[in-house]
Amino acid sequence: MSDSENEVHDAGFDNWLAAAEEGDAYYLECANGHGSLPPRRVCPDCGSTDLAEADLPETGDIQTFTVTHVPTPAFEEDAPYATAVVDFGSVRLTGQVVGVDPEAVETGLSVELEITVSETTGERVIGLRPA
Amino acid sequence: MSDVRVAGTGLTPFGNSPERTGRDLFAEASIAAFEESGVPRDDVEAVLYGNFMGELSEHQGHQGPLMAEAAGVRAPATRYESACASSGVAVREAVKRIRNGENDVLLVGGAERMTNLGTAGATEALAIAADDLWEVRAGVTFPGAYALMAQAYFDEFGGEHEDLAHIAVKNHENALTNEKAQYQRAIEVADVLEAPPVSEPLGLYDACPISDGASALVLTSESYAAKHDLEAPVAITGTGQGGDRMALHDREHLARSPAAREAGAEAYADAGVDAGDVDFAEVHDCFTIAEVLALEALDLEPIGEGISAARNGRTTADGETPINLSGGLKAKGHPVGATGASQIAEVTDLLAGEHPNSDHVADATTGVAHNAGGTVASATVHVLEVVA
Ligand SMILES: [Zn+2]
Repeated sequence: MSDSENEVHDAGFDNWLAAAEEGDAYYLECANGHGSLPPRRVCPDCGSTDLAEADLPETGDIQTFTVTHVPTPAFEEDAPYATAVVDFGSVRLTGQVVGVDPEAVETGLSVELEITVSETTGERVIGLRPA
Repeated sequence: MSDVRVAGTGLTPFGNSPERTGRDLFAEASIAAFEESGVPRDDVEAVLYGNFMGELSEHQGHQGPLMAEAAGVRAPATRYESACASSGVAVREAVKRIRNGENDVLLVGGAERMTNLGTAGATEALAIAADDLWEVRAGVTFPGAYALMAQAYFDEFGGEHEDLAHIAVKNHENALTNEKAQYQRAIEVADVLEAPPVSEPLGLYDACPISDGASALVLTSESYAAKHDLEAPVAITGTGQGGDRMALHDREHLARSPAAREAGAEAYADAGVDAGDVDFAEVHDCFTIAEVLALEALDLEPIGEGISAARNGRTTADGETPINLSGGLKAKGHPVGATGASQIAEVTDLLAGEHPNSDHVADATTGVAHNAGGTVASATVHVLEVVA
């Protein structure tokens, strides 16, 4: 569970989730304008080490999706759920589509970020809600 | 540069044997490879061994020396891990060592023990081939990642589940005569379409099974083969490896496999062949859509047309370019760490006329093996040719 004393904090990623929960999601941008996701010290596109946080756009478009019926144990009680790859311009993100029937999800759907929790574990999950 | 001869191949049956340890599986495969090769164990200079989930499935790391011991070989041994391409990268390293003169005789192979984890445990173990922070924690499973690619492919190039179903039907058909295959059972298109969904659009029959099994190869230099009068007519003449970003969402293309394209181009150039020379191939069809992406990456089908290859008969046993005459991962099974070397074994046996499906490629001189890791963040391709 996320509040457990034994829980190891994943620097960069957990900070990002916390920021996204507050509506302050960001991505990393290098000196040459390439976008990427934390934790990261080097731009994977050009090797630049000059990375700064930039605001993630409010909405993105679903580029591809799937409805998963056979999950890993960490999502046993969440299935079936829709997972999508969403284009936010400079970066893409993978998340679970929430607030809509999984079977209604389609390519091109506009969504916004909403950090949610796994029904199975209570862990935070990147959610995507139709905008 | 010296050709690298495949002196012996060995495979366990692939399938469901949860009680068998990895060391027992690899011992069986290596015994078969040594027997076929006629090479004494004392001549082996190193063991290169592929395995992916040993820590999770049998609480066993440091498998290199363990597997050398199981094979009865006293030599330095190293485990190679590159998800489902683990023994593909092991073979590639072996080829490079023999070519550069460092070694004359190597034992190469891999094994995986999976069914003892159960479906949920194996699903979890396979998922770690994806990006843990950005994919696994969003609920992406291994089938789920390929489903994301399948949907992207349908959106970009067209095609439907029924096209994919023909790939599964073809590979099951090919496995009917392969006594090592997990499924020696024909299926029909309707079976695939009516199977329970796993990660839509992929269902149970679009996916390879969870398997236990091992593979082993005895590879030698050309000079060693000549000096010892080995019967080893097949050589690995080309090797290539490609890489891509770890998370699917970080890739330029969601419906293509650039890592496999790089690996294929490098292997073709290395062997001095092109896609037109390829008589048949074993490709990494962990899911039906994966075969489509592999064919296109290897230039065996134009981009956007691989989806129709099985349905139109181009890749069936009697088609222009038979694909996965062994049954593929889909029907032969996919003990992850064993798969790459097992594909080399199948191509060798097909070229040597020693495979139950050799009659379908009686005049073949050139075969290709394509092994992919994860959602193809890594890939190896090898070209094999009849040289003697
Ligand atoms: Zn950059």
